[in-house]
Amino acid sequence: MLRYIVYRLLAAIPTLFLISALVFLIIELPPGDYFETYVAELQAQGETVDPKKIEYLKEQYGFDKPLLERYFTWVGGMLQGDFGYSFEYELPVSDVVGNRLYLTIVVSMVTIIFTWLIAFPIGIYSATHQYSWGDYGLTFIGLLGLATPNFLLALILLYLANVWFGTSIGHLMDARFIDQPMSWAKFRSMAEHMVIPVIVIGTAGTAGMIRRLRANLLDELQKQYVVTARAKGVPPLRALLKYPLRMSLNFFIADIGSILPAVISGAEVVAIVLSLETTGPLLIRALQSQDMYLAGSFLMFLATLTVIGVLISDIALAILDPRIRLQEGRRR
Amino acid sequence: MSANKDLLRVENLSISIAIQDTSLEVVKNASFRIPAGKTVALVGESGSGKSIIAQSILGILPRVARITGGHIRFRDPLRPDDECDIAALDADSAEMRALRGGRIAIVFQEPMTSLSPLHKVGHQVEEALVLHRQIAGTEARATTQEMLHLVGFPDPERAYDMYPMELSGGLRQRAMIAMALICRPALLIADEPTTALDVTVQAQVLGLLKSLQAKLGMSLLLITHDLGVVANMADEVVVIYHGEVVEAGPLEAIFKAPGHAYTRALMKAVPDLDMDRDQKLVALRDSTPVIPSSMKGQTRDFSRIDGPLLRVRNLSKSYVGKAGRWFGGASTRTLAVDDVSFDVMPGECFGIVGESGCGKSTISKLIMRAIEADSGTIRFDNGTDACDVLDLEGHALKAFRKRIQIVFQDPFGSLSPRSTILNTLSEPLEIHGVASGKANSRNAAELMALVGLQTSQLNRYPHSFSGGQRQRIGIARALALSPDLLICDEPVSALDVSVQAQILNLLKDLQKNLGLTMIFISHNLAVVKYIADRIAVMRRGRIVEVADVETLFARPVHPYTKSLLAAVPTIRLDRKLDFSHHDGDTHDPARDWPDEFKPGVNGDPLRLVPVAQDHWVLARSLPSRERISA
Repeated sequence: MLRYIVYRLLAAIPTLFLISALVFLIIELPPGDYFETYVAELQAQGETVDPKKIEYLKEQYGFDKPLLERYFTWVGGMLQGDFGYSFEYELPVSDVVGNRLYLTIVVSMVTIIFTWLIAFPIGIYSATHQYSWGDYGLTFIGLLGLATPNFLLALILLYLANVWFGTSIGHLMDARFIDQPMSWAKFRSMAEHMVIPVIVIGTAGTAGMIRRLRANLLDELQKQYVVTARAKGVPPLRALLKYPLRMSLNFFIADIGSILPAVISGAEVVAIVLSLETTGPLLIRALQSQDMYLAGSFLMFLATLTVIGVLISDIALAILDPRIRLQEGRRR
Repeated sequence: MSANKDLLRVENLSISIAIQDTSLEVVKNASFRIPAGKTVALVGESGSGKSIIAQSILGILPRVARITGGHIRFRDPLRPDDECDIAALDADSAEMRALRGGRIAIVFQEPMTSLSPLHKVGHQVEEALVLHRQIAGTEARATTQEMLHLVGFPDPERAYDMYPMELSGGLRQRAMIAMALICRPALLIADEPTTALDVTVQAQVLGLLKSLQAKLGMSLLLITHDLGVVANMADEVVVIYHGEVVEAGPLEAIFKAPGHAYTRALMKAVPDLDMDRDQKLVALRDSTPVIPSSMKGQTRDFSRIDGPLLRVRNLSKSYVGKAGRWFGGASTRTLAVDDVSFDVMPGECFGIVGESGCGKSTISKLIMRAIEADSGTIRFDNGTDACDVLDLEGHALKAFRKRIQIVFQDPFGSLSPRSTILNTLSEPLEIHGVASGKANSRNAAELMALVGLQTSQLNRYPHSFSGGQRQRIGIARALALSPDLLICDEPVSALDVSVQAQILNLLKDLQKNLGLTMIFISHNLAVVKYIADRIAVMRRGRIVEVADVETLFARPVHPYTKSLLAAVPTIRLDRKLDFSHHDGDTHDPARDWPDEFKPGVNGDPLRLVPVAQDHWVLARSLPSRERISA
């Protein structure tokens, strides 16, 4: 097992390098750079810009150097924990992101827990009561959730919350708490504001998870070993939880790989609609304005989390499912 | 026959299954009894309702099935005055749960799927003990290991912590039996317990069941379609047909003088080692193949070929696997096929027999060029074309594929559910550009007639056919290109006895009428004896004995062949299996072999030596005269 983990860790290094090259290339691909976009924007507003100042800035940040050299400077910086400088915010990237990161993580974690709490009982119910009215009804609601665009749901709930409860639910907390230390009042405000975003962001994921859990569990319920368990006299609920449910959890563990990056990227579109102070809108803005170090570091961060997430889910699968660790390497 | 001694009495039991809005009665008014300490065999084809009866006794009927009438009276020997009616109990009630697994237990057919792959063998065996006896911890573990030892695990301590996938089929079935018996039930239901196992393993498991029955004093309800197994195990027999009990009584009475026409037909449909070669099996529902006029003249002219149609020499193939429990560990090579040589003469049926994993299917795949060989040659010569099969590439390979076709084991998995029978039958012709359009459908219609199916069924999909019919479609597909060589890889092992007879008769007729050459792969010696002309016996990737049918069955030389023959259960009551030898998978039988056959001993390498005309045996030297019985 140790060998396997070490091997997987080593394999992650070239993967990350490849990703960093791709990310850099993609960011460089659109014509121009941040300063040209900046100049164009200023000129559109009728202001003039001193070309010398731009030249100086470009030189300062190494934009006149060849592509390869800039790439290695960027990667080298990241290895030392220097993620570069955000031109737009005129702050180091780590400061810009850091502020929003913890809010994003809070929102995402609550969303994930919400998803699990809703999806598991419904998925199990649907599978064990297949083709009953309950199954049809829940499936229908689930499909609605899957099919409704998140931002639309966000707008509708935004409107309804305002009309029915008179609360404005944009942002993650009342404006007066922003940048304040955590307090009971701030916590309550956050909890109040969190409800709608969590529902909106969680709906599609919940619906998807119900469908997958139901399908997986239905497959497993057919299996002979479930009958074996019943024949031993195991009570129905325990037989369900111990055997087929555990078998159908593989997809769920495999999901961890994609959960981690999702936690950090923080549902961009919904975050913009609801003006949430998460990292999502930040990334979009950075990409639009070609704020390359901010965007690049962010994408790299997501890629790293994906790689780590997949690694964690692979190791967890190997621990939980003896078939995977016993069958590994058996080839024809 | 006092009713008081009966452990279980099924009285006028009726069960129906809900299908959409209607319901279908699958068990009609069935009555039989299981005396205490005796074995009762429930015999019938698949779909006759025998498994449903077993499920109703355990209270584990599927949700769609319902008991509509009758009683299942169970008298627990621990509480002889207290009789309970299982049919009236709620399946999930505490009382029923206490019976299930505690007093009545079951062993299923498929040892591969009846154990959960995620839980350790020991935990699964122990579970019933924890539930019914309120024993846990080290005491439970000790009892479990004792039980594992009793069913023949060599190292119960280690076996406890193993996962089912680390065990062979035979050991898994032993684990299932341990699980069923851990609470010392009064009644064990064995639902086709050996159908999925090899003959020698089958003999071991049957012997184990018998000895445990004697040791624990329980009753056994044996559900099977294999009359050979019934003859060797049962005290009483219940024959069931379409949900109705047609005949019941003591074993001798039923086997010596079967009263019901169905019982007699069932007996005649089983190929037996004692049958004459030209005696034909009588299928329960026969169908006659029609040889279409266009194929009549096709009988192949083999006179042009001198020598074999297929000559296999020194064929080897190994698979790479990995040892060790937690990733890593050295990779191991398993020789699936090890230096195999044989000839297939034109017009003959060459049988290959062996237990699962002996490499017989690998050989068929190598000949089909579905996988690549490590070394060796396969020479094919049909008189007009001759080629080295393993060297073929590109167009030559594609052209060669027409010459050899295969019929697979699983008739359900080998037909695409999304294409009509017409498409299935004309696809080979289209791929090879042989015919198109009208000629194609005419050809397909002829093929259907050839295998005894209705031409009007051509536009149906596979799901509307039964297993036997699907297998006939598989044969028709293989014959579409009129190949020189037909490989049948276990074509009847997934089918019922009655259907099996149909398919075997069909293959025999086709071989005779079309002049086919066949390689027939099977683990069932009786089936191979019925159909093959010459037989090769395989063990662990090597051919251990080759001879024509009469010689092999009358005068086997190799100890492995002898042990295989000894393990086949027959329906003759005067020749029951000897269960005393079969002491488990634990013990390698090769250790008891005479030195000249023993693998892994220093000295000359093993090779095929001739003991008589066309009779070869894998040995170090010519076996001594007394071993070659006259």
